[in-house]
Amino acid sequence: MSFVSLDGVNHRYPDKGGGPGFLAVEGLTMNVARGEFVAVVGPSGCGKSTLMKLATGLQFPFQGEVRVAGERVTAPVKIAGMAFQSPTLLPWRSTLQNLLLPLEIVEPHRRQIRRRKSEYVARAENLLASVGLGGFGDKFPWELSGGMQQRTSLCRALIHEPALLMLDEPFGALDAFTREELWGVIRDLHAARGFTVILVTHDLREAVFLADRVLVMSARPGRIVHERRIDLPRPRDLEVTFTSEFSDIVHELRGHIVKARQ
Amino acid sequence: MNRRFDMVRAAPWLFTLAFLAIWEGSVHILKIPPFFLPPPTLVAKTFVEFWRPIYTNSLFTLSTTMVGFALAVGFGLLLGLVIGWSRTIYAGTYPLMIGFNAIPKVAIVPILVLWFGIGFIPAALTAFLISFFPIVVNVATGLATIEPELEDVLKALGASKLDIMRKIGIPRTLPYFFGSLKIAITLAFVGSVISESIASNHGIGNLMLQAQAQFQVPLVFAGLVALAIEGIVMYWLMAVLERRMTGWAQRSGFAQT
Ligand SMILES: Nc1ncnc2c1ncn2[C@@H]1O[C@H](COP(=O)(O)OP(=O)(O)OP(=O)(O)O)[C@@H](O)[C@H]1O
Ligand SMILES: [Mg+2]
Repeated sequence: MSFVSLDGVNHRYPDKGGGPGFLAVEGLTMNVARGEFVAVVGPSGCGKSTLMKLATGLQFPFQGEVRVAGERVTAPVKIAGMAFQSPTLLPWRSTLQNLLLPLEIVEPHRRQIRRRKSEYVARAENLLASVGLGGFGDKFPWELSGGMQQRTSLCRALIHEPALLMLDEPFGALDAFTREELWGVIRDLHAARGFTVILVTHDLREAVFLADRVLVMSARPGRIVHERRIDLPRPRDLEVTFTSEFSDIVHELRGHIVKARQ
Repeated sequence: MNRRFDMVRAAPWLFTLAFLAIWEGSVHILKIPPFFLPPPTLVAKTFVEFWRPIYTNSLFTLSTTMVGFALAVGFGLLLGLVIGWSRTIYAGTYPLMIGFNAIPKVAIVPILVLWFGIGFIPAALTAFLISFFPIVVNVATGLATIEPELEDVLKALGASKLDIMRKIGIPRTLPYFFGSLKIAITLAFVGSVISESIASNHGIGNLMLQAQAQFQVPLVFAGLVALAIEGIVMYWLMAVLERRMTGWAQRSGFAQT
């Protein structure tokens, strides 16, 4: 049984004037198995972020059904860690305090945070160090560069070790080298902890390198128009991205996106 | 190292001095009689001469103002949070609040006197009533303008509405709250002085009214100066508090110059 499933989902955002608005996604159907790493690609504005919000219960479809961990989603799901397209850090909290936020909300950490504060702080600092932000815990978000903010937001999605990780273009504002470094971080975490990941990205190499399966969405109103299983053996080394097998897959996906844009 | 004359730092003093100089100069040149408009030097002399009654009455005004202001902060913050919390309460209280705020507070003083007699209580209550509204409106606005993206961060973690209020609502609203304190404290002075000059035997308002009745115009102005000083000091305190508490919100070039 799939861990996350969207079944014939239609979603529209209401107009400001209260009108019916337009469809953002239509007939969206997808299934993600437990522990699977799925990447979603598609033209800008096709409803990828909407998909993420539907799957986490931040938005509710007006038609169709969303299920997570076997249950119909009627409220924000509690097992997800989410990194949004923009960093959305709280400006009044330091980087470290921003990282501790999920632990202040999510059970069982919530009950333990007072008692185990130093342990949690250490965990946050380790996580920061793993994305190259060691020693930046005391800085406020506005003292960080855009890429550093995004890395922080990635850490925030991970800190409470969620069973479902939702990443909406988390590496968008990063340089190529940091980006590849973070691919490694995510790859290793996924391998070690076995959580389920849904990753939205515009970078086809990123999708192919990380994912078990890549889903291609059509232009708005978005739905899945193509699905590509990536059978490259794991653990994947960055070197794999320079093989011809890899570039063939990227090339093939690119063709589908070009079609989807039309 | 920096021996360059800092124009921005000097500006408040220079402008104040210039204002006083022009005032003094005009009074002398235009030969304005002191019972019409006393020159600043005469006001200063009177201030020193009458420092005792000015001092005690200032203290009275300050205490009525601060009591009213404290009430306004407490109730304003509470009501603002409640209104920001619930759309129903917002919709329900809105017309009442607008109507209430539209009433000139001078018109309420006689009612307060009827209920509480003259003196301290009506002055403090007038200060409260007049300074309460901007706090409520600002706190409610702060809550209403929270970015949905920030809310989503917490919702995605399964946070309750109370969590969202505590972790985002309140910190996010603090800059609005502290900003409103600067307005509220000046209004509170207006309220207490109005009430004192109508219904009190103490306070700067009363002192000025009596001075005016006896044609001691320089003393009226000395009273004004005392009020201005109190107002500036309290405003400055609120501004310092604002910067202390909400430094994160004051990063733009506008906030610093
Ligand atoms: N809060 C909202 N209110 C109204 N319309 C919205 C809202 N959010 C998204 N939309 C609309 O829904 C459509 C899909 O938006 P979405 O953000 O899901 O796209 P996306 O695929 O994530 O795009 P991008 O790749 O540029 O991030 C867009 O056309 C957008 O205009
Ligand atoms: Mg998006």
